Amino acid sequence: MERIVFYILALIIIIFAVASVSSRKILRAVIYLLFVLIGISGIYFMIDYSFLGAIQLAVYGGGVIVLFIFSVLLVHHVELELEVTPLRKKLIAGAVVLTGLGISLWAILTFPFQTAGTDRTIEVSDIGHRLLSVDAGGFILPFEVISVLLFAVMIGAIVIAKGKKLNK
Amino acid sequence: MMNIPLSITTTIHDWLFSIMPEGAATITEWVLIAVAYLALFAVAGLYLVLLERKVAAWFQFRLGPNRVGPWGIFQTIADALKLVSKEIYSNQKVDKFLFNLAPYFVIVASLMAMAVFPFSKQFQGFDINIGVFFLFAVSSIGVIGLLVGGWASNNKYSLIGAMRSGLQTISYELSVGLSILTMVLLTGTLQLSEIIEVQRTGGWLIFQGHIPAVIAFMIFMIAGTAETNRAPFDLVEAESELGAGFHTEYSGMQFAYFFLAEFINMFIIASIAVVLFFGGWLSPFGITEGITWFPEVLWFVIKVFMIILLMMWFRWTFPRLRVDQLLTLEWKYLLPINMVNLVLMAVIIWLNFTL
Repeated sequence: MERIVFYILALIIIIFAVASVSSRKILRAVIYLLFVLIGISGIYFMIDYSFLGAIQLAVYGGGVIVLFIFSVLLVHHVELELEVTPLRKKLIAGAVVLTGLGISLWAILTFPFQTAGTDRTIEVSDIGHRLLSVDAGGFILPFEVISVLLFAVMIGAIVIAKGKKLNK
Repeated sequence: MMNIPLSITTTIHDWLFSIMPEGAATITEWVLIAVAYLALFAVAGLYLVLLERKVAAWFQFRLGPNRVGPWGIFQTIADALKLVSKEIYSNQKVDKFLFNLAPYFVIVASLMAMAVFPFSKQFQGFDINIGVFFLFAVSSIGVIGLLVGGWASNNKYSLIGAMRSGLQTISYELSVGLSILTMVLLTGTLQLSEIIEVQRTGGWLIFQGHIPAVIAFMIFMIAGTAETNRAPFDLVEAESELGAGFHTEYSGMQFAYFFLAEFINMFIIASIAVVLFFGGWLSPFGITEGITWFPEVLWFVIKVFMIILLMMWFRWTFPRLRVDQLLTLEWKYLLPINMVNLVLMAVIIWLNFTL
């Protein structure tokens, strides 16, 4: 049963990923991308890592995709279509993609995967403790670095949005 | 399988497994649950519409629907039949695929949110360990339907409605999330069934957390009303300015999907409020605690309807806000108050001042 669900999800992801890059209507491409992201979150739910699945839905589905749609809404009319890429560029892009796929496949197929031991559901409190722990295996430093980065980004966004008003 | 605790009445579960092989019984169970939730969805949606019309009538000294059946109780069913029989059509040069897809985003998002609510101890579809966060994640998908539907309609009123809905939902999601977070500080868990267990011993959370909890509740109700795009925050479909906003071009059942989803979203906001502040299916002062045959789901429904009446009261009392007033309210008042409130709640828990 789990295997069938996995193959259905994988099929959805692949089909919509291809559809997303080959669609000539920009908002359709965005929606296909959304389906890819939802499929990935489905895989997280399937392996019982529901926190990451919900993060995927909230951040990518609710955040990134909504921002994409917003920018499309602002600049594109419903009748506009993207221009077709010239064949030479298509060939180059295809070659690059195939190389990347080959490298990833080689890496995955040669890696000695081990089956997970006890399947314990990861609680949010575990993640919180780990993020703030200063012991070995704790993530306090990256956590603080990311906090500072986000803070800087927020100030930057306010400065850019205010523009000339700040100088007056 | 995927470790989904299906806790809807263990008796049906046992009976199914006794008469069928395991695989068939599991699938039958899924189908039954899906049908039960769809039925709940349709019935709740239809009767909330009727309730809204009746409440509106009371507020305006009218009678409201009273022709179809006693007190008009079959009115919305007749409306639904009419909508089903209508032709679904669209104007020229719409993006057909996205136009037809958009209503399903809205309806699927609200259906997924319904699955995690503990209606009673036995009646909960999906008791996930990140319950509250899952609700938050799923409800952020619904707005995509409004945005896409408005854009694909090829109508400038729809587009303006969609832009407004996007801006409103993104802004007020912050307040909803932060006020929920304030209450999660108090419970220490995200799982909805455990949140209710916390309240069984310590009393309802709105009493446990007293001052910050009441502030959080008020912010949650304001932001929740805005999230469902209801008046006084219904700029999205402001009749006098935009026709019907993002769903101007929709007809028949596609329109009904948007309409139903709006009412179900109201039900969802009320349910979150009941679970997080008013003890879910727990009875007040534990008066039916010992009575085993008493359907606990009744308490849940009564509380939800009280909150829904409050939201309808808002709708028929306050005038509509302008866009700038809407954004000022969120970013200059609700958000700072919410941040301070979160710290206040943390201090209260730290110093053990909870009741």
